[in-house]
Amino acid sequence: MVIQPMYALYSELQWLPRVPREFSGRLKGLGDSAGPVGRELQALALHALDLNQLTKLAKVIGKARADGKSLDPLVPFRLAVLSNSTIDLIVPALVASAARHGIALEVIQPSYDQVAQEALTPDSKVNSSKPDAVLLSLDYRALPLKLSLGDSEASSATVQGVIGYLQSLRDGIKANSNAVCIFQTFAPPVETLFGSLDRALPGTLRSLIDGINRELAEYVLGSGDVLLDVASLAEMVGVAGWHNTQLWNMAKLSFSDELIPLYADHVARTVAAIRGKSAKVLILDLDNTVWGGVIGDDGLEGIKVAQGDAQGEAHLAVQRLALDLRQRGIVLAVSSKNTDEVAREPFEKHPEMLLKLDHIAVFQANWNDKATNIQAIAEELSLGLDAMVFLDDNPAERGMVRKLLPQVAVPELPEEPAYYARTLAAGGYFEAVAFATEDLKRAGFYQDNAKRASLQKQVGGVDAYLASLDMTITFQPFDATGRARIVQLINKSNQYNLTTRRYTDPEVIEAESDPEVFTLQVRLADIFGDNGMISVIICRPGEAGVWEIDTWLMSCRVLGRKVEHMVLREILEHARAAGIHKLSGTYCPTGRNKLVVDHYAKLGFTKVEENVSGWTRWELLVEGAEPETASMKVVSQGFVAAKERSLS
Amino acid sequence: MDEPQIYARLVRVFEDVFDEDSIEVTPELSAKDVDGWDSLTHIRLLLTIEKGFNIKFSTSEIGKLENVGDLVALIKARA
Repeated sequence: MVIQPMYALYSELQWLPRVPREFSGRLKGLGDSAGPVGRELQALALHALDLNQLTKLAKVIGKARADGKSLDPLVPFRLAVLSNSTIDLIVPALVASAARHGIALEVIQPSYDQVAQEALTPDSKVNSSKPDAVLLSLDYRALPLKLSLGDSEASSATVQGVIGYLQSLRDGIKANSNAVCIFQTFAPPVETLFGSLDRALPGTLRSLIDGINRELAEYVLGSGDVLLDVASLAEMVGVAGWHNTQLWNMAKLSFSDELIPLYADHVARTVAAIRGKSAKVLILDLDNTVWGGVIGDDGLEGIKVAQGDAQGEAHLAVQRLALDLRQRGIVLAVSSKNTDEVAREPFEKHPEMLLKLDHIAVFQANWNDKATNIQAIAEELSLGLDAMVFLDDNPAERGMVRKLLPQVAVPELPEEPAYYARTLAAGGYFEAVAFATEDLKRAGFYQDNAKRASLQKQVGGVDAYLASLDMTITFQPFDATGRARIVQLINKSNQYNLTTRRYTDPEVIEAESDPEVFTLQVRLADIFGDNGMISVIICRPGEAGVWEIDTWLMSCRVLGRKVEHMVLREILEHARAAGIHKLSGTYCPTGRNKLVVDHYAKLGFTKVEENVSGWTRWELLVEGAEPETASMKVVSQGFVAAKERSLS
Repeated sequence: MDEPQIYARLVRVFEDVFDEDSIEVTPELSAKDVDGWDSLTHIRLLLTIEKGFNIKFSTSEIGKLENVGDLVALIKARA
């Protein structure tokens, strides 16, 4: 069966990272651990687990509980489930998914199809167990639905009858255990009787279920109970995929097994919302998230954020969702690797931007790592890290934040930006069970209090994280294969570019074939994939024994990985072999490359010249130079041996 | 797919479903031999096999299954 990609977003929980290979091993490790296991349970649950994996995790949770181990910091919650279908396969999925949302869930499960008895009998299993909430997990086959084609009176009586039945269940539960009731809307069956007319004509199954869902929603809004919109879930994935008649016939499963992880996550996020554990802040990356392209390189005219441009519209959809979230009280913040003024420019000057600086409570654009920035945002807003959701297109940034700040929710994003907004929404991070008018004011409230956070502290463990990226850096001289990308980088890079010298294709060929000129093209791969060519160097002969660093540029995507240190090591190695004793580099300020003003200082060069415009020249003696090293595998290939080069 | 290949993959499916790596998957193996192989785990087993081998069983085929040997014959005919 070919799984449609948009179905898979939901059925495979694609906003969560994939299950790591060590999942089973870590589960076993939990069994042996003596301390509180809640954090590790949650960390494991925060993957796109399938039904079998959820079942295994639930088993470990059950065992930990039976052994009297502490599940802290997971918050306990007792949920009774009343159902007319088989929920035995679902219960473990509920327990494991609840851990994902910070809840230690205990499920009370009465015998099959005892809904009314359990709700209405004071000392029933459900009522006597004093649950925090009761989930009425019913599907349309639990309801007395009699067709009354074309008869609006009879059909409205049927709808009222069903609502009355549901209310009586609720009243029984309220009176006997005072638990919160979670009602489900009903997924309509796939099959129609007339066709499209079913929607319009009173008394068809479809219009009866429509009526029940509408009345139920209205009732819940007034009664203070909670609604789980299963009808909407079924619509999201398609009712044909939702209803699996074979499974209903065989095992009385009311929906497809493939969608159990999705359903369980929705129950879990609802329970978490009842406990007030929903996120409150959306932190946005800018380049290639809020707009298409890199503002520092592409400039105000180059970024894609306009209506009528396919890529621009994808990013506008992210902005619109962020704005709508802000309207319901979610606080917006920005964390971007950029120079502050450059990052603010589109907000201030781009006419098509929906987001304005006024909407952003905390704006962090700098060159620190994002974990440090996010921590500063949390402190600035006086909110916990578990209230934060971080949206970033770059898998390395996402991985780093997940590793260093596991409390922060970080949705996975697909390659295609058209699905960014949908994926963020699918994650349900901001699930709420009620809406108060105070919510409308919340975003503004935080904003008033927010000042720019100071970012001196670095989050620990960055080096360890970098090591875990398993990076491979590859050095080659310029060649025909790399040439197109070399020319592109030379002509496009603005920010991490020391001299911003632009060269044409023939000029690059000239450098490539001149034996006196030393060139480097640098590629970086890591566990997230191949970043491609990320740095370009040209060294030209200066005075005798000196290389002038004519061009040194790097893609900002790999900032903070110590790539520049490794590049310097490589240059030094070739310099030594070529009998060079000194490197000379210059920094030419352009207004866009403030980022690299200290580039040479950080690499141990000495400043030897400086003028009023900010232009500086730097030198490094090859002998004794020992730049910092980073944890990555180095591949150096395609170089003519130094001797040959000097002979030729 | 030949039988040894099917058995090799079934071992992994059984591990996954029963959370138990000591089950010896033989043609004679049936529900009574394995702890926790109840009617619902049986459904989960069949669903996992359907997904893993990318096949679908009919209700009547499922009704006739007596042991792993039957299951393998069914998979062999499909995959």
